[in-house]
Amino acid sequence: MTASIRPVVVGAGPAGVRAAQTLVAAGLRPVVVDEAPAWGGQIYRQQPPGFTRPKRALYGFEVTRAKAVHAAMAAIRDRVDYRPHTLVWNAEGERLDLLSDGRAATLTYTHLILATGATDRVLPFPGWTTPGVYTLGGAQVALKFQGCGIGRRVAFLGTGPLLYLVAYQYARAGAAVAAVLDTAPFTAKLQAAPGMLRLPAVFAKGLWYLAWLKARGIPVRSGVRPLQVEGEARATGLLWREGTRERRVACDAVAFGYGLRSETQLADLLGCRFAFDALDRAYLPVRDAAGRTSVPHVYVAGDGAGVMGADAAERAGERAALALLQDIGTAVDGARALHLERELGRIQGFRRALERAFPVPADWAANVPDDLVICRCEEVRAGELRAATREAGAREMNRLKALTRVGMGRCQGRMCGTAAAEILAQACDTAPEAVGRLRGQPPVKPLPVALARHVEPEEVGR
Amino acid sequence: MPILTRLAEHDRRPLRFMLDGRPCIGREGDTVLTAVLTEAERLRLSEFSGAPRAGFCLMGACQDCWIATETGECLRACTTFLAEGMRLLTDPGAAP
Repeated sequence: MTASIRPVVVGAGPAGVRAAQTLVAAGLRPVVVDEAPAWGGQIYRQQPPGFTRPKRALYGFEVTRAKAVHAAMAAIRDRVDYRPHTLVWNAEGERLDLLSDGRAATLTYTHLILATGATDRVLPFPGWTTPGVYTLGGAQVALKFQGCGIGRRVAFLGTGPLLYLVAYQYARAGAAVAAVLDTAPFTAKLQAAPGMLRLPAVFAKGLWYLAWLKARGIPVRSGVRPLQVEGEARATGLLWREGTRERRVACDAVAFGYGLRSETQLADLLGCRFAFDALDRAYLPVRDAAGRTSVPHVYVAGDGAGVMGADAAERAGERAALALLQDIGTAVDGARALHLERELGRIQGFRRALERAFPVPADWAANVPDDLVICRCEEVRAGELRAATREAGAREMNRLKALTRVGMGRCQGRMCGTAAAEILAQACDTAPEAVGRLRGQPPVKPLPVALARHVEPEEVGR
Repeated sequence: MPILTRLAEHDRRPLRFMLDGRPCIGREGDTVLTAVLTEAERLRLSEFSGAPRAGFCLMGACQDCWIATETGECLRACTTFLAEGMRLLTDPGAAP
């Protein structure tokens, strides 16, 4: 009966790997599609062949988990149809359109687990398009995947656990850390401490990074507001406000981000129902505790379903795969499924506390200058978004997109969608929930023009 | 001065490539982004403002890091590995 089941997992991070492993254990042979050249996702991203740093150096405290996820995929490698370096640019009616090394292909499925992960939540500020300014996640990729720093003297800005982690990793790797600038007030962390003790080991790691940075004399500030990246051809300094004082640090690179944002475009293309999630401050696919979406046979797991971190992603990937197995009538370990759901609930409680410790600055949209570029693809400015609201009555994201082209560029709103929604909501004096969400349109990632001409269908389950 | 700085993994096989007509050397396992930005300050110029761009997310999401080849192709620099003999242009509109 499983012969007619063609499961596809999109993403080979912690959620995708655990999902694939669970399906393989039940005798299925899933296709695993992943953009990266090797499994591990962003957090456990593997360096290219020929690089020699030990995993301990790459993953720090998470080395045991990283090794476990890598080993899990290595162990099932010959029992999955693994497609690295392959991106999904469209999803529709039990079919995925793929692009791999310049070749297009079509992949059909009966069941689909989306484990598409997350990217940094970006709130632009003056100078953010200057060369040398990257996301926190990007700064981490440069180091982990390429052995490079984004500069020689790097300032870290924004909020969230990555802020301190990446600064620490840079300092350990030999880069100069110019400053660590948290937009969240220190009092937020004190207030969140009791909730974070739900996962004491994770809490302790955070404190340890902070103490390590401070012990080395690296300036660590709270409650800051970014003002400007200096420099034209490249970053030369960073200005910020601290209370009523303006401060500056010389640096040749800036990494910034405000927590993470789920990658949900494939679920959107497939017509999954979405609802606003107050914790993520974003629209997310509606899912049950096991990861089932509103579309039959489509499941979501990991940070792509709502940001909960890598440990939760492993459990969510396994749980979604068990749900798939249940849905095709395969007997599964019910106690294991319940255990996973309870664990996910516990991590969710911790996540709430994290959000209190690292809140997104509530005054961001109100203080954005009109000439600030919000969409870096097409250079749409904040003033144009506000004018569309004021003069054309835009009160909804897709109307705003039609009027201004925000979210219409190559990134399809992945970088600017959050910021544009915050600006629109502020301009309409309403909540981000009320302005809706950008609808995805294929291709969700750009295709080489020549490809549009020959798309070859490909048989699956070879 | 280049944007990126190599902090580790120095001992890899060198790969020659051309950047804006200038011979450069990267390393095996470099992405195009790494190879270019350890030599230069930009990958491309914005087609709107002409301002220099050097990528942003480094994980294939933002699409800021596309770079042109001399034959008119575009490569997503953060997810494409450098290959020996690549000929890349940060300003394909410039006079040859």
